[in-house]
Amino acid sequence: MKGLAVDARGVFAKLNPAHSDGVIALAGNPNTGKSTVFNGLTGLNQHTGNWPGKTVVLAKGNYRYKSKLITLVDLPGTYSLLANSADEQVARDFICFGKPDATVVVVDATCLERNLNLALQVMEMTPKVILCVNLIDEAKRKKIEIDCPKLAELLGVPVVPTAAREKVGLDKLKEAIHQMVFAHQQTRPRPVRYNQEIEAAVAKIQPELEPYLRGKIDARWVALRLLDGDTTIITEIKKYLRVENVEKAPREQGELKVVKCYK
Amino acid sequence: MGDPEMTLACLPIGHRAQVVKVGAEGLTRNRLLDLGLVPSTVVEAVRKSPAGDPVAYKIRGAIIALRSEESRLVTVRPLA
Ligand SMILES: Nc1nc2c(ncn2[C@@H]2O[C@H](COP(=O)(O)OP(=O)(O)O)[C@@H](O)[C@H]2O)c(=O)[nH]1
Ligand SMILES: [Mg+2]
Repeated sequence: MKGLAVDARGVFAKLNPAHSDGVIALAGNPNTGKSTVFNGLTGLNQHTGNWPGKTVVLAKGNYRYKSKLITLVDLPGTYSLLANSADEQVARDFICFGKPDATVVVVDATCLERNLNLALQVMEMTPKVILCVNLIDEAKRKKIEIDCPKLAELLGVPVVPTAAREKVGLDKLKEAIHQMVFAHQQTRPRPVRYNQEIEAAVAKIQPELEPYLRGKIDARWVALRLLDGDTTIITEIKKYLRVENVEKAPREQGELKVVKCYK
Repeated sequence: MGDPEMTLACLPIGHRAQVVKVGAEGLTRNRLLDLGLVPSTVVEAVRKSPAGDPVAYKIRGAIIALRSEESRLVTVRPLA
C-alpha cells in the first residue's frame, strides 16, 4: 500500500483500500466540476464517508487504468487551503498528511485567474500536482482560449484540458495521473516568491523546522503557515506525524511578530 | 484632487471599484483575500438581495455574496 501510511491514528487508512496501487486527491474551488470529473473517472465504484470528528463528507472511488487500481478522493470544494473552515482544514490535512500519490486540482477554464490561487497553494504543499482545466467547452463558448502547454511551462506541472460533462479529456487525465504515479514523472512547480521581509523570515525559520519535519512535509510551507499566525498546523503536525517539540523550532519569535504586523 | 476612498459596502449597485486595502484580521481577512479581494482587484456590485444584505459582487470572474459586516472591512476606490 502506497501513501497514507504516515497516519498513526488510522484516519487516512479508512480512505484507502489495502489493495489500491495509488491514491489521488481531487481538489478545486466549488462548482469547477470536481464531482463530475470524479464520477467520470470512477463510475459507480464510490462510497462516501464522514471525516472523523468533522461534519465533512468525503467521497472515495476507484478506477482501473493500465492494470493499476487507483483510489480517488473527492475533497470538499474550497477557495483556499488555509484552514479557515472545517472543509478547508480537511482538504489541507488530506493533501498534507494523507500523502496522496498525486493531487489533481480541478480549475474552471472560464475564470482561471481566480482558481489558480488554490492551485498555487497546493503546489506549495506538494510538487505532485496535475492541473485539470475543466469546463473547456464553456470557455470556448465564451471565446476564452487557454494555452495549456504555456500554462504547464509557467506553473511547472502537467496541465490537462477537460470537458468532464462530455467526458472529453478524461483519458488524458488518467494517463497524466499514471505517468506521475507510476513513471515517477518529475514536476518543477514554480514557487511563489513573497516580498523580501517574508522571504527573510522564511529563510530563518525553515532550516530550524527541517530537523523536526525530516522531509515528511514541506518545511517552507510550514514556515509560511507559522508566519500567517496559523497555530493549528502545529497541532496537526504533532497528531499526524508524531513530531515532538515542533513548536520550539522557530526560535526567531521576533521574526514572527515582524511579519504579523506587516500584514 | 485626492482619490475618494470608501468601503465596499458603500459601492452602489452597477458600479465598479478597485480594492485598496482589506482591513480585517484573522480568519475574516484570510477569507476575503482568498475570495480574490487583494489590493488592485476590480470589483463590481451586481445586485442586492431582497433584504438589502448580502450584496452580490463580481470578483475575478465569479459572483460572490458578501454581508455588509464583511464588505465594510474592504477599502475601495471607485472607478468612473
Ligand atoms: N459545460 C460543462 N459543464 C460542466 C462540466 N463539468 C461539470 N459541469 C457542470 O457544472 C456543474 C457543477 O459540477 P459539479 O461536478 O457538481 O462541481 P463541483 O462543485 O466542483 O463538484 C454541474 O451542473 C455540471 O454538470 C464541463 O466540463 N462542461
Ligand atoms: Mg462536488
